[in-house]
Amino acid sequence: AYKRFSELLPKEERENACSARVPKSQILTLPELRANPFQHRICHVFSTSESGDDSMSFEDFLDMLSVFSDSATSDIKSHYAFRIFDFDEDGTLDRKDLEQLVNCLTGQGEESRLNSAEMEQLIQNILEESDIDKDGTINLSEFQHVVSRSPDFARWGGWGFIT
Amino acid sequence: LFCFKIEITLIFWFQALMGKPYGSLPRKTVPRAEEATAMNFATLWDFSGFAQYSVLFYGYYNNQRTIGWLKFRMPLSYFLVGVGSIGYSFMIVTRTMAKNANDDGGGDDTSFNFSWKMFTSWDYLIGNPETADNKFASITTSFKEAIVEEQESRKEENIHLTRFLRVLANFLALCTLAGSGYLIFFVVRRSQQFALEGLENYGWWERNEVNTVMSLLGMFCPTLFDVISSLENYHPRIALRWQLGRIFALFLGNLYTFIIALMDEINLKARHLLSYTLEEEKIVKYNMTIWEASLYNGTIPENSTAPPIQVDPADVPRGPCWETMVGQEFVRLTVSDMMTTYITILIGDFLRAVFVRFFNYCWCWDLEYGFPSYSEFDISGNVLGLIFNQGMIWMGSFYAPCLPAINVFRLHTSMYLQCWAVMCCNVPQERVFKASRSNNFYMAMLLFILFLSTLPAVYTIVSIPPSFDCGPFSGKTRMFEVISETLEHDFPSWFGKVFGYASNPGLILPFILLMVLSIYYLNATSKSYKEANLELKKKLQSVRIENYSF
Repeated sequence: AYKRFSELLPKEERENACSARVPKSQILTLPELRANPFQHRICHVFSTSESGDDSMSFEDFLDMLSVFSDSATSDIKSHYAFRIFDFDEDGTLDRKDLEQLVNCLTGQGEESRLNSAEMEQLIQNILEESDIDKDGTINLSEFQHVVSRSPDFARWGGWGFIT
Repeated sequence: LFCFKIEITLIFWFQALMGKPYGSLPRKTVPRAEEATAMNFATLWDFSGFAQYSVLFYGYYNNQRTIGWLKFRMPLSYFLVGVGSIGYSFMIVTRTMAKNANDDGGGDDTSFNFSWKMFTSWDYLIGNPETADNKFASITTSFKEAIVEEQESRKEENIHLTRFLRVLANFLALCTLAGSGYLIFFVVRRSQQFALEGLENYGWWERNEVNTVMSLLGMFCPTLFDVISSLENYHPRIALRWQLGRIFALFLGNLYTFIIALMDEINLKARHLLSYTLEEEKIVKYNMTIWEASLYNGTIPENSTAPPIQVDPADVPRGPCWETMVGQEFVRLTVSDMMTTYITILIGDFLRAVFVRFFNYCWCWDLEYGFPSYSEFDISGNVLGLIFNQGMIWMGSFYAPCLPAINVFRLHTSMYLQCWAVMCCNVPQERVFKASRSNNFYMAMLLFILFLSTLPAVYTIVSIPPSFDCGPFSGKTRMFEVISETLEHDFPSWFGKVFGYASNPGLILPFILLMVLSIYYLNATSKSYKEANLELKKKLQSVRIENYSF
């Protein structure tokens, strides 16, 4: 993992990789993140940079790898997944968050996006299924409740051990 | 594959190693008359000539009771291996189904359908933009379908119109099935006539008519069924099951018509020539004695034991052999099926892709999205093809022991070819609806086909007398007599008595009754367990929701 991290740094800074910060543009060149629709959210969530430029230090990088690996528990994964999906960072997944989520998943092209009627229907269905206290938003415990029942979630991420 | 291992080990190697080599026995060699054409490619392709008299086919095997210094009981082993491999296949398929049923037992939990699609459908291992695009498209399709499905379940339908259309569609499908069955019957009859008049007068088409027709039917009828099913307006999973069921019926009907026509031909020959065959038998045997006598030049009287004269086995006159003929038909069918598959892949997928890719620039409409476009990789069609291939092998392997070997070779090559074709010229299916959660639907079909494929072989074992001049069972009136013979000779006498008592119908019928009752009981128990399971699940859910709100 250290080697991967230091490869992202320009040559001069490689000696000091432990304390250096890699800019976001470099992180996004990682093959696992390159085609990921949530790449920006992921960088933002794991970055501890005070200046808000989403650069990641080595610890942040390690954090990210460990959450996405096979050995992370379902609790940790669902916690971070919730943070990643929460676009406006208000602690709950409301309608706007869900809409943005769907648009990320359906890709950038015009033909592949859902029209507004379908989007309405979809979000309605999701809230019906997952919103237990019927407050119109999905909070962390509701999210964890839904997602832990899913047979596919155990393999979320699944980056394994990246050397 | 298991069949192959067992058959190869027991029959093939023992015979090849222990039995007398090629050329030493009359039934193992090509008769003199046919020798001239024996090595021609055309004859080899037709699986007559040299191939006919090789280990491939039934007729090769000697009917001596024991072979070699190990006293290996050839006929008995042939019989037991044939029956045993089929029984083993049954066991394997049933065991796989049971295991799958265990995995499937999680039930059809669609309680959080939409939410799961939303939160867990993205695959985080995708690093390639093209794959990502594919994934986006499939996710979109999945969302849209789920939405449509939801809407449909709330929609009111015009019941009468739908029912009428469905009845019409089923009627059309039945017509197609009947038509194809009749066509095959007609074609097999015609090929018999050709055979009677001598195959040299006809070109390639007449000789291979049966196989080509069957393969072509297998190619075109499924698309026809697809068109018919658009009338029916079912939920996609149900429509898929109907489609698979119809294709299944088509192949089964074809195979059975083929078998029946063959059996008819054999029976016809047997009936018309029954007296004649017995006569022919007598004649051939008489000819052999005369011929032997002529070799001795009449100098030695008949009764004395003379040193056996070295005779070239190729010159011994031969009797007819229907088992080999059946085996040949199956091998030919398999080979032509293989060729059809390859050619379909090459033309249907590869040439089409080349055409679309290169002519797209100078064509009026967009070829890639419009009419021809790239061909989809049809998962269910391919699985069905595999299943039917296996069914054919099971049917033919009693008469042509090396058929599994040929099939393994064919499977290897077609796997590599299809791998390449998929990577280079196919696009993924638009709707990915599985016919069943686990693969139990296909395993059930496999089991059914296994059962149906073994019926003809069993029928012939039990009711048709084997040819007198070829195969391990020649000279007996029925093939299964080899077992009674073994019991008499090789086992102690009390064993035979016990067996005699056990095979009394008065004992067997109650036993069958007992088995039926126990099946019924087990079925009832499993149903009650399933219901209890569902109840417990519901309880768990409500308990969780209760706990949550605190």
